[in-house]
Amino acid sequence: MIAYILRRLGYSVFVLWGALTVVFVIVRVVPGDPAQLIAGPQATAADVAVLRGRLGLDQPLPVQYAQYLAQVAQLDLGNSLRLNQSALGAIAERFGATATLALSAMALAALLSFPLGIIAAIRAGSVVDALVSVLSLLGQSVPSFWLGLMFILVFARGLRWLPSAGIGGWQHLLLPALTLSLPLVGVLTRLIRTGLLEVLNEEYIRTAKAKGLAPLAVLVRHALRNMFIPVITVAGLQLGQLLGGAVIVETVFGWPGAGRLLVTAIGNRDYPVIQAGVLCITAGFILINLLVDLSYGFLDPRIRFA
Amino acid sequence: MSAESPEVVGPNHATPDTLAYSASPALPAEIAGKQRERRFRARNYRLRGLRIWGAPLVFYVLIALFGPLLIPYDAITVKTGQRLKPPLTVLADGTRTLLGTDQVGHDLLAQVVRGARVSLVIGLATVIVAGLVGTIVGIIAGYYGGIADTVIGRLADIQLAFPSILLAILIAAVLGPSITNVIITLAFTRWVIFARVARATTLSTKEREFVAAARAVGAADGRILTRHILPSIIAPFLVIATVEMGLVVIAEASLSFLGLGTSSSEPSWGLIIANGRDYLNTAWWISTMPGIALSVVVVCVGVFGDRVRDVLDPRMT
Repeated sequence: MIAYILRRLGYSVFVLWGALTVVFVIVRVVPGDPAQLIAGPQATAADVAVLRGRLGLDQPLPVQYAQYLAQVAQLDLGNSLRLNQSALGAIAERFGATATLALSAMALAALLSFPLGIIAAIRAGSVVDALVSVLSLLGQSVPSFWLGLMFILVFARGLRWLPSAGIGGWQHLLLPALTLSLPLVGVLTRLIRTGLLEVLNEEYIRTAKAKGLAPLAVLVRHALRNMFIPVITVAGLQLGQLLGGAVIVETVFGWPGAGRLLVTAIGNRDYPVIQAGVLCITAGFILINLLVDLSYGFLDPRIRFA
Repeated sequence: MSAESPEVVGPNHATPDTLAYSASPALPAEIAGKQRERRFRARNYRLRGLRIWGAPLVFYVLIALFGPLLIPYDAITVKTGQRLKPPLTVLADGTRTLLGTDQVGHDLLAQVVRGARVSLVIGLATVIVAGLVGTIVGIIAGYYGGIADTVIGRLADIQLAFPSILLAILIAAVLGPSITNVIITLAFTRWVIFARVARATTLSTKEREFVAAARAVGAADGRILTRHILPSIIAPFLVIATVEMGLVVIAEASLSFLGLGTSSSEPSWGLIIANGRDYLNTAWWISTMPGIALSVVVVCVGVFGDRVRDVLDPRMT
């Protein structure tokens, strides 16, 4: 078990290094000189050259890369070129808002997809089932940035029930979290429905029913337990996409998270912040997948790690 | 199954499930007939599904091809006299605007029709580029194995560690807004899935007897790859390509929405939706209309993809 975790962690470090290198290379090919951008249009060529020297951008690329890797090894991701703080600090400051959004979306998705999937499976072939499958298809296909705008249009502008932008109480959280969760609701509902349909045909379900167990107890204690592994696998994979989707949803709803900071940083050519942001999101994604794999052992004691 | 244990699985013991999979010649004529009829009906149902969900897609392709010729879009002229008119308003020149006008007086229908072409071009080109690159890479990894397979596998792992939209945002920011750049960006984020499918199919086909037979009669690698491996990849390729087409259209709209997609002279659906954001209070139709078009296309592509999979590979459902 411990050997397995160590091996996985080692591979995670390799993948992180790869991601870091990819980002470093892509960002350096950008047409647009960050020193020129910071100095402003009135700056003389000499000013810009001085600034380049101070930022270390005048070094050859391999030197910049080596310096960068050395810094990262010491958990120093450099200072933002635009904000007056460290890149990691800027991301960390906003990451809480993104995590709140992503986890709320996740919770909302679980809250919606389990009842929907269960009803659809129990009443397979009925009108309710057809309705649920249409809804989950729409949730999966309708683009989230447009759906977010439509929510704003209806619930914030039209009905005036909820605020359209910013951060605050649960009212501010509801629309962005719902927008972010709907694609996941679509995926999970379909998964739960098909999975449950399969499980309900198993012999041990018939046995549980035959021994007089209440239908609800059969469902919760025997059927649903066996659904957790596929559901958690997919949910874990989707949480990574959720972190990516948060970038767009944060932009739509003016949610002050790491995603919006990242989009702004790309516009400003703020290299350290871009690198720190991508690194944090990627690290989060890798960590989630590791946790998902480890959770199998607890959910199904038959699984052993080799 | 029936070939291995004929004494157990006779017509009397067979459940309908086993009948569907074992076409044993020992079956009584009427059961075989029913079985054939049932298969025929199932296939008929699937083909009908293809037609029903394919029809809107054909309509979409026709609009993308010929629509801009019928309803020309003029990106340059600004008509301030007819700014922000709601749908069905009669304009100064006596024509009726079906979907309304935008903040500079451009007809929204003309823009949406033009946007259909943009998203079709980007979607098709991306799937073709990503599909070709991914399939070639995947076949090489699967067929030759060894170092090539390891390197490609590691690259794929690194890429899959990024949420795909994040990578797209990053590359699009580097390349700047244009249709070609969006295609390059999205192809870069999508090749992995094609490579994985091609690799997996190649791995399993490579072990089949007809490949061993081809090698035994002295066929070269090139001939085995093109004549024996490639045909087995076509069906899964088509399934993945349809699914990816929907995802690419959404990704393109998302990038354009963030200002990282097409340039403003080409009205992509995402760009029109983004333009309408500032006018949600006064002109709801600007953001709403292209979004409906986008959603309808993506839903149809999604269901069509499911049906394609049912027809090409019934076992995958």
